Amino acid sequence: MTANRLAESLLALSQQEELVDLPKDYLLSGSEDEGDNDGEREHQKLLEAISSLDGKNRRKLAERSEASLKVSEFNVSSEGSGEKLVLADLLEPVKTSSSLATVKKQLNRVKSKKTVELPLNKEEIERIHREVAFNKTAKVLSKWDPVVLKNRQAEQLVFPLEKEEPAIAPIEHVLSGWKARTPLEQEIFNLLHKNKQPVADPLLTPVEKASLQAMSLEEAKMRRAELQRARALQSYYEAKARREKKIKSKKYHKVVKKGKAKKALKEFEQLRKVNPAAALEELEKIEKARMMERMSLKHQNSGKWAKSKAIMAKYDLEARQAMQEQLAKNKELTQKLQVASESEEEEGGTEEKVEELLVPDVVNEVQMNADGPNPWMLRSCTSDTKEAATQEDPEQLPEPEAHEVSESEGEDRPVAEEEILLREFEERRSLRKRSELSQDAEPAGSQETKDSSSQEVLSELRVLSQKLKENDQSRKQKASSEGTIPQVQREEPATEEEEPLLLQRPERVQTLEELEELGKEECFQNKELSRPVLEGQQSERTPNNRPDAPKKKKKEQMIDLQNLLTTQSPSVKSLAVPTIEELEDEEERNQRQMIKEAFAGDDVIRDFLKEKREAVEASKPKDVDLTLPGWGEWGGVGLKPSAKKRRRFLIKAPEGPPRKDKNLPNVIINEKRNIHTAAHQVRVLPYPFTHHWQFERTIQTPIGSTWNTQRAFQKLTTPKVVTKPGHIINPIKAEDVGYRSSSRSDLSVIQRNPKRITTRHKKQLKKSSVD
Amino acid sequence: MKVKMLSRNPDNYVRETKLDLQRVPRNYDPTLHPFEVPREYVRALNATKLERVFAKPFLASLDGHRDGVNCLAKHPKNLATILSGACDGEVRIWNLTQRNCIRTIQAHEGFVRGICTRFCGTSFFTVGDDKTVKQWKMDGPGYGEEEEPLHTILGKTVYTGIDHHWKEAVFATCGQQVDIWDEQRTNPICSMTWGFDSISSVKFNPVETFLLGSCASDRNIVLYDMRQATPLKKVILDMRTNTICWNPMEAFIFTAANEDYNLYTFDMRALDTPVMVHMDHVSAVLDVDYSPTGKEFVSASFNKSIRIFPVDKSRSREVYHTKRMQHVICVKWTSDSKYIMCGSDEMNIRLWKANASEKLGVLTSREKAAKDYNQKLKEKFQHYPHIKRIARHRHLPKSIYSQIQEQRIMKEARRRKEVNRIKHSKPGSVPIVSEKKKHIVAVVK
Repeated sequence: MTANRLAESLLALSQQEELVDLPKDYLLSGSEDEGDNDGEREHQKLLEAISSLDGKNRRKLAERSEASLKVSEFNVSSEGSGEKLVLADLLEPVKTSSSLATVKKQLNRVKSKKTVELPLNKEEIERIHREVAFNKTAKVLSKWDPVVLKNRQAEQLVFPLEKEEPAIAPIEHVLSGWKARTPLEQEIFNLLHKNKQPVADPLLTPVEKASLQAMSLEEAKMRRAELQRARALQSYYEAKARREKKIKSKKYHKVVKKGKAKKALKEFEQLRKVNPAAALEELEKIEKARMMERMSLKHQNSGKWAKSKAIMAKYDLEARQAMQEQLAKNKELTQKLQVASESEEEEGGTEEKVEELLVPDVVNEVQMNADGPNPWMLRSCTSDTKEAATQEDPEQLPEPEAHEVSESEGEDRPVAEEEILLREFEERRSLRKRSELSQDAEPAGSQETKDSSSQEVLSELRVLSQKLKENDQSRKQKASSEGTIPQVQREEPATEEEEPLLLQRPERVQTLEELEELGKEECFQNKELSRPVLEGQQSERTPNNRPDAPKKKKKEQMIDLQNLLTTQSPSVKSLAVPTIEELEDEEERNQRQMIKEAFAGDDVIRDFLKEKREAVEASKPKDVDLTLPGWGEWGGVGLKPSAKKRRRFLIKAPEGPPRKDKNLPNVIINEKRNIHTAAHQVRVLPYPFTHHWQFERTIQTPIGSTWNTQRAFQKLTTPKVVTKPGHIINPIKAEDVGYRSSSRSDLSVIQRNPKRITTRHKKQLKKSSVD
Repeated sequence: MKVKMLSRNPDNYVRETKLDLQRVPRNYDPTLHPFEVPREYVRALNATKLERVFAKPFLASLDGHRDGVNCLAKHPKNLATILSGACDGEVRIWNLTQRNCIRTIQAHEGFVRGICTRFCGTSFFTVGDDKTVKQWKMDGPGYGEEEEPLHTILGKTVYTGIDHHWKEAVFATCGQQVDIWDEQRTNPICSMTWGFDSISSVKFNPVETFLLGSCASDRNIVLYDMRQATPLKKVILDMRTNTICWNPMEAFIFTAANEDYNLYTFDMRALDTPVMVHMDHVSAVLDVDYSPTGKEFVSASFNKSIRIFPVDKSRSREVYHTKRMQHVICVKWTSDSKYIMCGSDEMNIRLWKANASEKLGVLTSREKAAKDYNQKLKEKFQHYPHIKRIARHRHLPKSIYSQIQEQRIMKEARRRKEVNRIKHSKPGSVPIVSEKKKHIVAVVK
């Protein structure tokens, strides 16, 4: 609608313009006619007279008998000719003249167009103006959209927005207000002035200025070109470096590194020849790097990564390789450089040997095994295993062994015992591997067995390491150096007996029965879960007497649920002579005993089970008995409604859904809505959240400093709006957000824009209507 | 052999300087700090309760006027100075820190209709019922000098409002039409009209400074462009708008205080639907002013209370009232966004805290951290019914309380009737009009 109108108005305007052009042409043609007006008239008369002479073609002249309305100076009657008067005829001379053709054309053009419409009324024009102005303003305002959106979504807004920059006056300004007073100052200033040292703003001496000016154009150009070249080269180099840095290939980097190392070595060689002093320094540097490496734990397979690899190494060939690689690297880095002069080397070499002989290096311990580190040894046993390892491959490291042999003969036996243990361990591992294979064949429960097997491995390892440790300790004690082995052997069965006794208590069995009532399947599940663990433990405790184990095992199986409920899994007791740890254990036991005595009266577990049973009963849907005694039959004291009737009117409650805690022995889940907790629960999902888990997650992440580090706490508790007290917050400005504010002031624009419509407005109008 | 020993590295517990924080080793293992949600919930509950305990927003009452306070103005450069004009033509300048009046001027005969300060803070303008516009110096006259205005402009009609441009020496008055004046001239450089009713207030846009908004008594709000010297658009509401206020941080947003108890926040580019309808007042809203942060605004109502609304919420977050405060005519939010001033019928100007429970004065860093933490907790648990109830609870004077109840009933009845009408007529014949659109009569281009 509006567009239509706009178009109309435009049309009107353009027509007006054309009308303005027209008269000019008219004038031209008019003046041309004017000159021979009189002559023409006479000529016309003459022509008429001649034509009237001719009889045939005589025209009937219109006779005017009376005054008629038709005759007027305004209306040209076409009655005489008997045809409609055409506008063009009036202009047509007898002879066609070229000068009038243009006029005709213009006339035709005018005729082809419609008549000019009335100009729009004032209201309409104003409305159009308003609309145009509004669109323009809206466009101006839309530049604020991103800013506003950003501010609305901002995590934190700090007001005032504009940064107050500290006003630092340049030194020259400060100096200008200062005058030399003391004689010393004056002297200094005199000197400065003599040298024409600048004190004021451009810190250039006249000489410098002159030199600056002296630089010719060509020189400047050359210099510029040079600079450009340098910059280009630099950028190429940077690009290249960046490209190379991006290459992900490990092989490539390895090659590059090797090349670098080689180059360095070559340089070093050269340096040695040319400048021995510098070479020495270099050597020292290398030596220092080696020392650092030896001191650090960097490639010692002790880091997090290495530990994780060590765990994986058993199964993963790659991990093993990676570990070996790292160790090789360590070896390489800690190797002594063989470049010093020969005489020195000899001396050093002997010294080293002596050192090695004296102190079997703990740091280099790992690399001593040439065949690569064994992750098991690394992980479980530390220094003790090393000795065992040396025992195993005696030909590789003859010196330390000899050393040890010379040290004491009494050590022999324990070492032998260790060997036995190790062998045992090996055997068991092979056995387990076999069993694993067989288990893998079973389709069901493979996951569980795997878990259990891994647990087995772990527990076995633990036991083994402990044994080794204790043996070591026992070896250290001189007094018991002889009698350790029998003692150990004596101790073993004792602990075995002790634990089952601890576990089997009559009341526990009773509670188990109660549990069995509750639900049988879950018990089975739990048993199955725990059995392998227990088996593992047991197998360690009784490595020899397997055949007579099953009987005991069964009993323990019955009890293991209780274990889960109450006591933590029985920790493996140390076997050998009482040590510090043993003492600690005893203390713990005492503590437990005391607690047991203190709470002798209340059996928490039984209470809990009772409570749970009651809860289950209460939650069961009840049958409804609708029998009315005495209705339809005899009633009275001692008379009961018949069984048939009772059966008929008893409405059995439908079986409810299974309880959620059916499979959870030590949990009671209340499935009823608790009104006391409901007061603290949100009933409907709050607005910005679209799903309940979103809301729950926001609630579950704590924001307090109890759960978060200081920095995280600060970040989590940043307020949305920060204002500085006592600071005026000014409205946002275009400059604040990086826009260029309009340079023209509003006032100047107004003064150029008086109220009436200007040509500029017209143009705008046209533009907008075209759009 | 395994050697066990204590290892102490002083780097782990010794401060480098005494200004550093004490190094406190902490174990963040979640198993050591169980029940995080319940514990934080309790903390949030306590924080909410304490907020209500410490909510004492009223700071001071400035008395001295001998008639109702009709208009207020802030000093643009000085936080402690405010100006007020009363219904007896008296203008007073106050010092907020000392809480006393520092200057009194008998500026006009009859009401002081409007007052505004120049952007530089050296002078201020007043308009009054005596058809004059007067410019005054901010500093008082020297000893023995007469208290005289710098300039006086005699107009033909009564001016009902005035506002100064934010950057240039231009001000706008309203009355029969909106006039834009150069400070140096006695005739307006431009006057704009649209319609014939008298215009009650005019406000410059603080961001895009060439824009103006005005509201007239024929229920409309008109926007003008000073540069193009033309009105832009007009929106007609259900009832008369008393005044408008532009958002100082969002160039195209303004809020209108309406007689129909509501406030309407508009995006000036889309006037046919307000961005938000703010409803909580139970009587005509007389004045509105934005917080300089642009996140909230305060509105003064005829029902003897002022309310603080978040820009994006339709319900107020706070209501202030005192027994002695009568119809509040004008309200202003101070430029540091910490305080609110309101002038009322009973000749007093009151000073309130913008945040009722905020502690005044300098906070230590620990206090600040605790405050922020509590704030976040309150935000986190704000949807919990127990906390929501406590946070929302406000004591109201009986008149307001009963009026709220009454209006709730009226609204419910109206809603029911509408629902019934829709239910019992041909589907589609009764259009469902949203609450936002309900109050807009028309937008005139």
